[in-house]
Order: sequence, then C-alpha cells, then structure tokens
Amino acid sequence: MKVPSAAVVSPGKAGWRLVQRDLRLGFRRPGEWLQPLVFFLVVTTLFPLATSPELSRLRDMAPGALWVAALLSSLLALELLFREDGQDGTLEQLAVSGLPLPWLLLAKTCVHWLLTGLPLVLAGPLVATALGAPYASIPGVFAALLLGSSALSLIGAVGAALTLGLRRGGVLLALLVLPLAVPVLIFGARATSLAMAQDPMTAPMYLLGAIAVLSATLAPLAAAAAVRISLE
Amino acid sequence: MDWTWFHRFGSPPHFYRIAGTLIPWFAWLAALCGLAGLIGGLGLAPPDYQQGDGYRIIYVHVPAAVLSTMAYAAMATAAGVGLIWRMNVAHAVAASCAAIGASFTFLALVTGSLWGRPMWGTYWEWDPRLTSELVMLFLYLGYMGLRGAIDDTARADRASAVLALVGVINLPIIHYSVDWWNSLHQGHTLLKFAKPSMPPSMLVPLLLLMLGFVLYFAAIVLVRARGEVLRRERNARWIAELLGAPS
Repeated sequence: MKVPSAAVVSPGKAGWRLVQRDLRLGFRRPGEWLQPLVFFLVVTTLFPLATSPELSRLRDMAPGALWVAALLSSLLALELLFREDGQDGTLEQLAVSGLPLPWLLLAKTCVHWLLTGLPLVLAGPLVATALGAPYASIPGVFAALLLGSSALSLIGAVGAALTLGLRRGGVLLALLVLPLAVPVLIFGARATSLAMAQDPMTAPMYLLGAIAVLSATLAPLAAAAAVRISLE
Repeated sequence: MDWTWFHRFGSPPHFYRIAGTLIPWFAWLAALCGLAGLIGGLGLAPPDYQQGDGYRIIYVHVPAAVLSTMAYAAMATAAGVGLIWRMNVAHAVAASCAAIGASFTFLALVTGSLWGRPMWGTYWEWDPRLTSELVMLFLYLGYMGLRGAIDDTARADRASAVLALVGVINLPIIHYSVDWWNSLHQGHTLLKFAKPSMPPSMLVPLLLLMLGFVLYFAAIVLVRARGEVLRRERNARWIAELLGAPS
C-alpha cells in the first residue's frame, strides 16, 4: 500500500521535524536527560572515595574512571531512546510512514546524543580536571569524549532497538551493549591518557573517529531492522 | 545455477532426514579423528624442550579456541541465511550453535588459564587473546540472553539474528582493539615460548584434533537443530507421520 505522506514530506524534512519534535519533548522533561549526567558525576565521585584522594594516584586512573562512568551513564540513558515512542506507537508510525526508517532512527539517535551525550562531553573535562588532569589536556579530553560518546549512542541504539518492549530489558541491554562498546572504551581511555600526558593522541583519535563513522553508517540500519522486528 | 537443493534445506522434514543421516557420519569420524589425535598428541608426540609435558593441553585448548570462533561464524551465517531467506530451519541451526559455541569458549578460557598457571605463573593474565575470548563469551551470553528474553520464537529468531550479525562486524574490531590495548600496556614477556613452527609429530595430532572438534561440533549442532526443529514443528503433520501415529 502506498502511503501518501511519503510523497509530501521529503526524508530530509521529516528528519529535521523529528529532531525538532524530540528536542521539544526532551526540553519539556529536563529531569529525564539530566539524570544520566548526574549519574556520571556521582560515579566519578565514587572513584576517589573508593581509592585515595591523592591527585597523583587519581591521575593514573582518571581516564579509566572517566570512560567507565561515561559508558555506564550512556547505558542508563539508552532506555530513554525508544521506550516512550515504542509504547505510544510513534515508532510504529515512523515505520509505516514510507520514509527510510534508518534515517529517522539516526535523527532520533542524534537528538538522544544531544540531550544525554553532549552534557557528558561538556562535563567530562571538568571531571577529568577534578581527577588530576592538567588544564592543557582539556581539549584532548573533550575531543575524545565527543567522538566516543557519539559512537556509544549509535551502538547503544541497536541494543535499545533489540530490547524494545522486553520485560527484563535493562540488564539485558547492558549485556548486549557493553561487549560491543569495548573498542570505544579502549581507544577513548587511551586517547584520554595520552592527552593527560601531553602526548600526541592522533592514533587512538583516528580509530575512535573510524568507529564513530562506521557506527553512524551501520548502526541505524541494524537498529531499523531491530525496530521492525520488535513491531511485528 | 540450480538452487533448489538450497531451498529444500528450508523444508523441516527434509532437513530432519538429511541431518539424521549425517549425524552418525560426523560423530564417528569425529571419534576417529579425536582418538587418533589424542594417541598422537598425548602418547607419541615428544615433550616440548621448554614446557615438558605441560604443553600437551594445547591439544584441547587450541581446537576449543578455534571452535569458539568457528561456532560464532556458523551461528552468524545461519542467522543471516535465516534473516534473508526467512528460513526457519536456519534459525534453528543458529539457535543450536550458540550454547555449543559458548561452551567451547568457556573450555578455551578454562584450559588457557590452567595452562597459564605453570607457564606464566598465573591463572589469569590480561593477555589480548584471553581478553578477546572473554568478550566473545559475553557476546554469546548476550545472544542467548536476548533469545531467552523473547517469548515469541519468530521474533526471538530475527532479533537475535540481527544481534549475531552486528556481533560479527564487531568481533574483528574488538579483537584488534584488545590486541592494540595490551601491546601498549606491556609486552609479552612470558609469551616468548610461542614458536613459529612445530615439528610434524606435534602438529599432525593437533590438526587431527582440530578436525575432530569441528566434526564433533557439526554432529552436535545437527542433533540440537533436529531437536529444535521438532520443538518448532511439534504440531506439524510430518512428525505425526514420522512417528507412525494415525492422523
């Protein structure tokens, strides 16, 4: 059956409208997307409390603490990505709209990253400084988090789409996404520690960028397939 | 080219029959290869000049590690076939591969750590291969967890197939990133014993055992897939006819 709306709205315009809609919905409920940020701050605070307040020792584990916290908080945020739209039927409407579903999901994931990933990226240098990173490393930490968190959002979108509407979704989502996020964790932490040591960090940054680009191209396709399966 | 043979595999009764004929072949050949390999590896092969008899765990460890990757490849291939051609039988095969692959991965990890104790002086080393093997085990567990969480078989099949394919793209990335991660942290000070080549008296039993493991895997997958097909088709006529029940 041909859906008339497909002829009226171009994919680009539909994506843009979806971005606007999701942003508006997000801004109406700031509590939801602020929670992952607060979680990130709390987890990174736990590391000094669990080990030692000495900056010299904290500096060694700052990249690891930063990235593990970022990974966990992006995992926590993933439940917001499709849950609401899956429950109220919006995803179903997107799927039958005749517009390319991967493209629409990419738009949704971008907004999700803007609301939950970008705050982490902005708070990351602050947290790194608190854990003993020198000020000169701030641009490097920022850039690594920028690439890494977008890759995490994209990879997570596949997991969120696969666990859409499942009863025990939360823990399963972690089990699905965490192994896939291992490369991002490795290169992100590596880039951060190089940035903190004031060494050139191009190699891990290239690899992080490659992972981000690869996930931006492939993850929406997999997520769209998973959404269609879960709507059957 | 004629593809009817391929599509006939999609028919459950046909698959059930073919698998039933193949299982004894695979199983006996696996037993034969395994026995010959074990005699060759544990009895005839000379002790290693550095590791003594300790290296002989290689005859279980390496085939298990190879199988852990192979089972994932088989699972993803079957899942892809099932997804593309909507072949229920292929999904049944993919479902059967997961638990076996996870077991082989676990076996490879356990034998690796048992081997590590006398050779490296520790049960667990954050060696890249061990680590990526561990991540692989997590991938298997995630696959099985997703399958178990979805009640509807058709949906579970297709969702887990997507996950298997995503995993197959990620496996090399994970493998190389873990390699890279460790090579920057520390060198393989304890791994120096890895020799470029083995004498034939050690290598032939290893190859025999690998072949035996592969055949054993094939046999077990088919046994499990037959059971899975029976479970899925439990209300079908052909099963009743097979059992000679009055229809």
